Amino acid sequence: MPLGELHGKHLVTIEGLNMDHLSPVQQAIVDEGATQCGFCTPGIVVSLTGYLMKDKIIINEEGVKKTLSGHLCRCTGYRSLKQSAFFLKDTVEGHTGIDTLVANRMIPDYFPGIPDRLRKMQSSVFGAGEKSTDYFIAGGTDLYVQKGDLLPESKVHLLNLHPEMKAISKKNGYIHVGALTTFEEFANHPDIANAIPDIQAYMSRIASLQIRNRATLGGNIINASPIGDMTTLLLALEAVLVLENDAQSRTVPITSFFRGYKQLDKIPSEILADILIPEFPLNTKINFEKVSKRKYLDIASVNSAMKIRREDGIIREIGLSMGGVAPVPLFLKATSHYFIGKQVCRDVVEGAFSIIQQEICPISDIRGSVDYKRLLARQLIIAHFTKLFPERVAVRDFYETY
Amino acid sequence: MKHIDAVSHTRGESQFVDDMPQPSEMLYAAVFSSPVMHGKIIALHVQDVCSMDGIVAVLTSKDIPGENQIGPIIQDEELLASAEVCYVGQPVALVIGTSPEIARKGVRKITIDVEQLPAITDPKEAFSKGNIIGSPRTFILGDVEATWQKCDLVLEGVCDIGGQEHVYLETQRARAIPLEENNLCIYSATQGPSAVQRHAAKVLGLPGHNIEVDVKRLGGGFGGKEDQATPWACMAALAAWHTKKPVELVLGRADDIKMTGKRHPYKSDFKIGVTKEGKILAYEANHYQNSGATADLSPAVLERTLFHGTNSYFIPNVKIFGVCCRTNLPSNTAFRGFGGPQGMFVIESAIAKVAEKLDIPREEIQTKNLLKENDLFPYGQQVGNCRSLLTWNKAVEKYKLSEIRKRVEDYNKTHFEIKKGMAVMPICFGISFTTTYMNQASALVLVYTDGSISVSTGGVEMGQGLKSNIASIAAKGFGIRDIRIKIESTNTTRVANMSPSAASATTVLNGNATLIAIGQVLDRLKSMVAEELGVQDKGRITIVNEKVLCDGRETDWTWDRLVQTAHLNRIDLSAHGFFATPEIYFDKIKEKGHPFAYHIFGTAIIEVTLDCLRGTYDIDSVKIVHDLGRPLSELVDRGQIEGGLAQGLGWMTIEDLSFNEKGQLLSGALATYKVPDVYFMPDDIELTFLEDEGNTLGPYGNKAVGEPPLMYGIGVFFAIRCAMRAFRPQREFALASPLTPERVLLQLYAD
Ligand SMILES: Cc1cc2nc3c(=O)[nH]c(=O)nc-3n(C[C@H](O)[C@H](O)[C@H](O)COP(=O)(O)OP(=O)(O)OC[C@H]3O[C@@H](n4cnc5c(N)ncnc54)[C@H](O)[C@@H]3O)c2cc1C
Repeated sequence: MPLGELHGKHLVTIEGLNMDHLSPVQQAIVDEGATQCGFCTPGIVVSLTGYLMKDKIIINEEGVKKTLSGHLCRCTGYRSLKQSAFFLKDTVEGHTGIDTLVANRMIPDYFPGIPDRLRKMQSSVFGAGEKSTDYFIAGGTDLYVQKGDLLPESKVHLLNLHPEMKAISKKNGYIHVGALTTFEEFANHPDIANAIPDIQAYMSRIASLQIRNRATLGGNIINASPIGDMTTLLLALEAVLVLENDAQSRTVPITSFFRGYKQLDKIPSEILADILIPEFPLNTKINFEKVSKRKYLDIASVNSAMKIRREDGIIREIGLSMGGVAPVPLFLKATSHYFIGKQVCRDVVEGAFSIIQQEICPISDIRGSVDYKRLLARQLIIAHFTKLFPERVAVRDFYETY
Repeated sequence: MKHIDAVSHTRGESQFVDDMPQPSEMLYAAVFSSPVMHGKIIALHVQDVCSMDGIVAVLTSKDIPGENQIGPIIQDEELLASAEVCYVGQPVALVIGTSPEIARKGVRKITIDVEQLPAITDPKEAFSKGNIIGSPRTFILGDVEATWQKCDLVLEGVCDIGGQEHVYLETQRARAIPLEENNLCIYSATQGPSAVQRHAAKVLGLPGHNIEVDVKRLGGGFGGKEDQATPWACMAALAAWHTKKPVELVLGRADDIKMTGKRHPYKSDFKIGVTKEGKILAYEANHYQNSGATADLSPAVLERTLFHGTNSYFIPNVKIFGVCCRTNLPSNTAFRGFGGPQGMFVIESAIAKVAEKLDIPREEIQTKNLLKENDLFPYGQQVGNCRSLLTWNKAVEKYKLSEIRKRVEDYNKTHFEIKKGMAVMPICFGISFTTTYMNQASALVLVYTDGSISVSTGGVEMGQGLKSNIASIAAKGFGIRDIRIKIESTNTTRVANMSPSAASATTVLNGNATLIAIGQVLDRLKSMVAEELGVQDKGRITIVNEKVLCDGRETDWTWDRLVQTAHLNRIDLSAHGFFATPEIYFDKIKEKGHPFAYHIFGTAIIEVTLDCLRGTYDIDSVKIVHDLGRPLSELVDRGQIEGGLAQGLGWMTIEDLSFNEKGQLLSGALATYKVPDVYFMPDDIELTFLEDEGNTLGPYGNKAVGEPPLMYGIGVFFAIRCAMRAFRPQREFALASPLTPERVLLQLYAD
């Protein structure tokens, strides 16, 4: 995270959570034997404390797991850490939220006064940085991984200091999503949950809670990784991108935005401001698939999304996308086109196999070999259709002979 | 007792090497390493770096005042490459700057001209070209050749076993402080403080006593800092010696993964002969260890592969061959299990092949061949206190193995693309360093006049709970509360000639040494108090809960009074204890002996669910019966078992080291090298401890627990394979690990 974003904020580290006595989180870890070498422990304490700071949460193992999803511990094997959920349930449930935690001496008593103290500090206005810049930084979750060594010496522009680029609203048949919307904000918004009912399940497979709290949709798109998860989803939804350059603005369909490996229909000074998701009729179905080496907190070997609408059993509209199979996140134009006007049945789905193999051109890399990615392409098409139309096709239909 | 450091860990107050307050004028080092796998160094260009602001020095092999040599077993490892580089990531030069960023920037400016030479990455290729380290080893029991024709079924197979990156969360690091008169103090994150001392002295051309090595704790080690913490400590020392300033060297994650060795990959062939009932009559295995570029600890690792080549089974005719093969990869090194896991994987694979051929569950073969008391290992030792069948039977009953098997089969009958799989994994792991002389340890126990106690041993705390164990042993030994005990950092000026903290033997060795030291102090105190009480036989005196008892009855002597009076009476309140494991030996010419003090046994049952459409899997449960002896702290030992299990599961499944043809590691970051996370590990982990009358060698009946549980993880490979076979019953699957989702899917749909 760029230091500049901390301007006017209060940063809490482990030191800021220590009291004379141990907090419930610290006590849980001690009692459950959930710390061994101790190197990862402070981060875990901070995250779990953050979990308890939300008002009225139900504490359970799932919540603890989600909170720990971005933490690696090489010593404990995590069981003892998960076990701390039960300790916290007994001691903290019913007392969550900052004020209650303070009242129960579970976090230091300076917390409620933080907003006041910040207000009292003379805060000079802090600029986002020059427009002529080496780097626009949004969440920084990709940039700091790729260019961490170079950023401190570069000119940067902190996009997060433009809060207007965060809103989600419905207008003129589109859901407008500000490019700075984080993955979590996106998934938790009622309009999105309405449009993409399984979004929470997809989201759980993307990065970790901590990263999703920072990573933006815009960053995922502009990053142009051939395997970006949100990009693949937005491709299938045939979103439209709004690019701004000073006062000028233009729109580009996301399906034609990616020109080549990390090459975009965009000049360097343009900012992605908005992502427009066309509203779709109620009978539209959506599915997202992701296969990765580690199921959670991993980049996909291949991912794919499908949006499909039938009328009287005939496919009228379909958007299929796939990541990890080309230099760009790929909108499967030919494959999508093939399905139009057809019924969902085994033969029709099988008919797409050869078309999709023509459309993709994966390379072998650490995420998988060419053969694997080509095989996954077929498997994920089967997955889309068997998941969305179980009454029409089953996996067994494709592999009867086994 | 809880983990002694737990409170300060949760408060973020535990200090690691670079958390200590920084001395003023400290400098920082960064390492320039070979960009190629193999070649002659023609020229190294450092001029641009030397002129950079903030760069203090660039050091190469020419700047080494002593010997440029840090090989622990065989002298084949330079600290900084002088003429030839043998793997990508081999250190060539050290850049010292006023900040870590500047030093790293300096490294990026160095260029090197190398005349490239042919490189080898495959151990069998290295073997065929004669590139081996040390001599091949062969363990023989009975006569395999004469037995094959007596077998009803003889099968052969090949295994391709992947390596494993340690991913200690604290990367390699050291800080060296120059002291007066050519003395240096090195704070090193090492499992082997004496190895650091020895090699730093050698590199600097100084006597050992000039080098003090101090280790407070490690942020994980797992074997990766047994020998391979040495180079970085020596480099920091070299830089401090040259600049006369404190120098810190912390490897970033990318450098750490690139430059350090890992668990050894193996290629192994096997041949197994059984009766139609599934009794194993003969087993032959050839292990080609991928040792990497230098010997490091590879010969010792190989030895353990041979020792554990038959795992928990008695096989009357055995021939196991093993060889260390030199390749152009970073030198592979110790990793929890130390060669044992690879040996076990191969015999378990052979059993899988037999079971698949006979079309019976794997566990039916396993159960027919488990070790019994007094059975002979191929290396000539008889099994004593054998708990192989005991843990197996207990697991079978307690966890209802037959019901699990039935549940899996029923599920698979009614589900097409989702299949369940299960496997049982017994383990038998020998405790002791197989290099006999290393089974020694010392402790220094100091009692202060206020009754508080300081204990120093040769053991290093790396999260495994050694300090907690030693504190608990010392408190029990004295008969006083454990808050009286402080465990000091591990320091070469207090304890000399330490063996590394490894081989699961750290508590056994150092705990016993502590008890011996305590015995000396107690003996003096008891003599004194016996005299004061007018008792002839000091054996009648005991200390319980800080009270001095005579014949079990309270006296008016307490711990405090005892200590104070002893001091006034000029009685020595300090002692040095020394322990050497008795009765172990090994004859490397005959390849027979009694190398292990005892063995640890256990049995795990692992269940998985496989998505045969996507090739992905979940581990549903792991249920273990483990031979724990009498734990000093059940909480600490439980943590060792669960943590070891996690590493074993990861090693077999998603931890994938993949090199390209240039010898560069593709999975060289945590974004690409995947270790278990909170979701990967099953929620359903059950542990049952087999407590026994105690093991006479471990302090208070305690048994070693560090390494053995890792090998339970091997079962997951066969559980996934079981699910794969349920989907494609006629198919032959490879015995290649890790069994990544990619390998699963490609094999399910090979047509
Ligand atoms: C631990 C970890 C796990 C991850 N897991 C996943 C995963 O599972 N799936 C996945 O898809 N990705 C994953 N990522 C990658 C990353 O989080 C995403 O790509 C994220 O969407 C990037 O968004 P950001 O806001 O952080 O972008 P940044 O890092 O800030 O920027 C990325 C690029 O986009 C540019 N940019 C950003 N916003 C704009 C804008 N509005 N206008 C113009 N240019 C802009 C920046 O200049 C930069 O070039 C992971 C990253 C980490 C560190």
